[in-house]
Amino acid sequence: MYNRIQQIPVFKQSHRIWIGAFLLLAIMVLAACSSQESTIVPAEATIAPDISSSSDSRPTTVTATSPTEAELKGGSTEIFLQGFEDAIANSNFRSTSEFAAAAKPLDAGEKLKVGFIFVGSQKDLGYNQAAAEGSQYLEKAFSDIEVLRSENIPETADVQAVEEQMIRDGAKIIFATSYGYSGPTKEIIEKHPDVMFLHMGDVESYENYSSFFGNIWQLEYAAGQVAGETSETGKLGFIAAFPIPQTLLNVNAFHLGAQSVNPDIETTFVLTSSWCDPAKQATAVQAMIDAGVDVLTQHQDCTKTIVEAAERAGIYVSGFHQDASPAAPNAWLTGAAWNWGPVYAEIVASIRQGTYKSSVMFQGLDAGWVQLSPFGSFIPDGVKQRALETVEQLRSGSFQPFTGPITDQDGNIQIADGVVPTDAELQGTGYLLQGITGRTN
Amino acid sequence: MQSSASLQLVQDFTFKVYERPIARSILAVFFAFAVFGIFIAIIGRDPVEIYTKMFNGTLGSKVGLSEVGVRMIPFVLAALAASIPARVGLINVGGEGQLYIGAWASTGVAIYSDIPTIWLMLPAMAIAGFIGGAIWAGLAIALRHFRNVNEVITTLLSNYVAILFVNVFVFGAWKNPAGFGYPYTSNFEVQAVLPTIFDTRLHMGLVLPVVGIIATYMFLSRTRWGANMRAVGGNPDAARRRGIPVLRYIIIAMLIGGGLAGLAGMSEVSGIQHHLRPGISNNLGFMGFLASWMANHNPIAIIGTCFLIAIIVVGGDVLQFSGNLPSAAMLILIGLVLFSVLGFRKLERKTE
Repeated sequence: MYNRIQQIPVFKQSHRIWIGAFLLLAIMVLAACSSQESTIVPAEATIAPDISSSSDSRPTTVTATSPTEAELKGGSTEIFLQGFEDAIANSNFRSTSEFAAAAKPLDAGEKLKVGFIFVGSQKDLGYNQAAAEGSQYLEKAFSDIEVLRSENIPETADVQAVEEQMIRDGAKIIFATSYGYSGPTKEIIEKHPDVMFLHMGDVESYENYSSFFGNIWQLEYAAGQVAGETSETGKLGFIAAFPIPQTLLNVNAFHLGAQSVNPDIETTFVLTSSWCDPAKQATAVQAMIDAGVDVLTQHQDCTKTIVEAAERAGIYVSGFHQDASPAAPNAWLTGAAWNWGPVYAEIVASIRQGTYKSSVMFQGLDAGWVQLSPFGSFIPDGVKQRALETVEQLRSGSFQPFTGPITDQDGNIQIADGVVPTDAELQGTGYLLQGITGRTN
Repeated sequence: MQSSASLQLVQDFTFKVYERPIARSILAVFFAFAVFGIFIAIIGRDPVEIYTKMFNGTLGSKVGLSEVGVRMIPFVLAALAASIPARVGLINVGGEGQLYIGAWASTGVAIYSDIPTIWLMLPAMAIAGFIGGAIWAGLAIALRHFRNVNEVITTLLSNYVAILFVNVFVFGAWKNPAGFGYPYTSNFEVQAVLPTIFDTRLHMGLVLPVVGIIATYMFLSRTRWGANMRAVGGNPDAARRRGIPVLRYIIIAMLIGGGLAGLAGMSEVSGIQHHLRPGISNNLGFMGFLASWMANHNPIAIIGTCFLIAIIVVGGDVLQFSGNLPSAAMLILIGLVLFSVLGFRKLERKTE
């Protein structure tokens, strides 16, 4: 059979060489292009080149501590910038120079290797990009740190292979940035007691396995408020990947925020079972539009497809993970975004000082771990003002939206009247609120 | 005069080396690595440094070597799944799907049977995996026999059916209720997990490809059945006239091939993943197919080609963080090796 196939004279022998040479050349050109892309600093890819109109250029503490974040704030209003400054001023973070001073001395030329593992592309305009930018901040904050990065590593035992190889290469601290890395990572921590594993989003900790995550739901609440005030149909859409507790908390907060300004609001919750599957995202967007949804948001790793689809369909979109406003000038409301750089720097610094305690840590606005993305240009001042007031209340802790009574889809009271839940209780959310259509399994 | 004589000597030597298939393959691999080195240099990196890091991450360290072994286990089994049917003239592109069905069947045994000891559980899982893969391959043969559908088409397309078939279970009835909606089954009990060896991720599934290679080699080259299979593959009509039961050989070859791919699935879920989920196979079945064709379906040569592909795959993982190369670089290198190994073989045909 295979002889028969090989005997088909498609090309002459002499032609084959040229065809082969051409193919090789094409492959090399393609490869060169793709690898050049990867060397671009992701932070620069998302910064809108043309939205710096309203920002001023006075030197602030923001620029002093985190240059990338200050740049990202380019499109925000002055009020917003002020709020951000306050966040930094009130946060527990020390300045960059203090981190460097606190670092343990290494031999000349020796570098501390820190590994970062991402489930998707570092340029996904979403979760992984936010984490990758945080790792670049870490590299800038400490001159003697070398960051090892691996992207597109599935949430399977494959992550163990990458971790083992990073440790072989000398990594002493490993950030496993995706939720699904927790199981495989916990299988190998005992084998490497001298390596610190830091997982983002787990609810367990061991001696050399620690977990942390940001209370991004606080900004989902504020963004939900903006969405509730903007929506004309009273129908919101939330496209998620897996019904893990943090996702359920986000959709609940988003819905609660919208409900605070429009009691009749409805939220539709759908799952794609993948952190980044643009085809499924597009299908979900279309289904949402057909159902009359006019504000979309998401808990996906890559955000581009949904943001752009909303822009094309003429509906609104609220962002997640990253500021993607340049991709949707007419659709972008606001969004919840990460501020990982200072968080990573803080953790690494305390590990090097020897003061780090393995723990499960959740921090929010008050520590500056999360931030509100810039508002869309068409958002009325009143809406902005109210959202920023909410952010301020959440930051100061004077307002807790999940104060009971909180009723789930089936009418059961999940948080009793007057009870204020703790962070840990909220991060264990296993239900959807009344008014949300969708399922939790 | 002097120079032309030495030139002649060099030419003779080159020709003699080139006559040997192994030498030619090694030459082809070096050629591919050289071309990839040029490409690395073009994008402004140091090829020597990159290859050094690749070596340290694969053959030059315990971790690397064990990772190469971990990848080789499913590669070799999937390659045998393509090579045994190839002996009787069948092209089995369905290794991927057979692997999934094997993984599914052995997971069923692991989760839903109450076998208490590891000594009974693992063989039961292996048998279930083998039978699962064999049945999936058997469907293609049934279609070929009764409806005259080419097995290339059926095995290729049944890969996607198999993946969706497995998804029905992991997204549905078998989903771990405590898994926060992740499409995983619950984790295997201890007796369903292949023990690891040397304090690495390498696991006892290593036995399967070793036995598989030896058995296949002995069967194909030392027994009458092996010779008959070759006859069936060479000219089925002639074989039939010589009284060889052609259909029986075709069925058996395909079932064994599918079964070996099923074993690869079993070793992946039991040795590496410890639960069933979508995406357990990172194109293992297709990589095995590639390895089989590069080895000209020779079971001994398959060891070499699988070793090479495993080195490139593991090295690609390492180069992502240590050499700052994109993950696609590994695919380019595999493509180059495939092109050049097949390309050097074409020249052999011409010289004959």
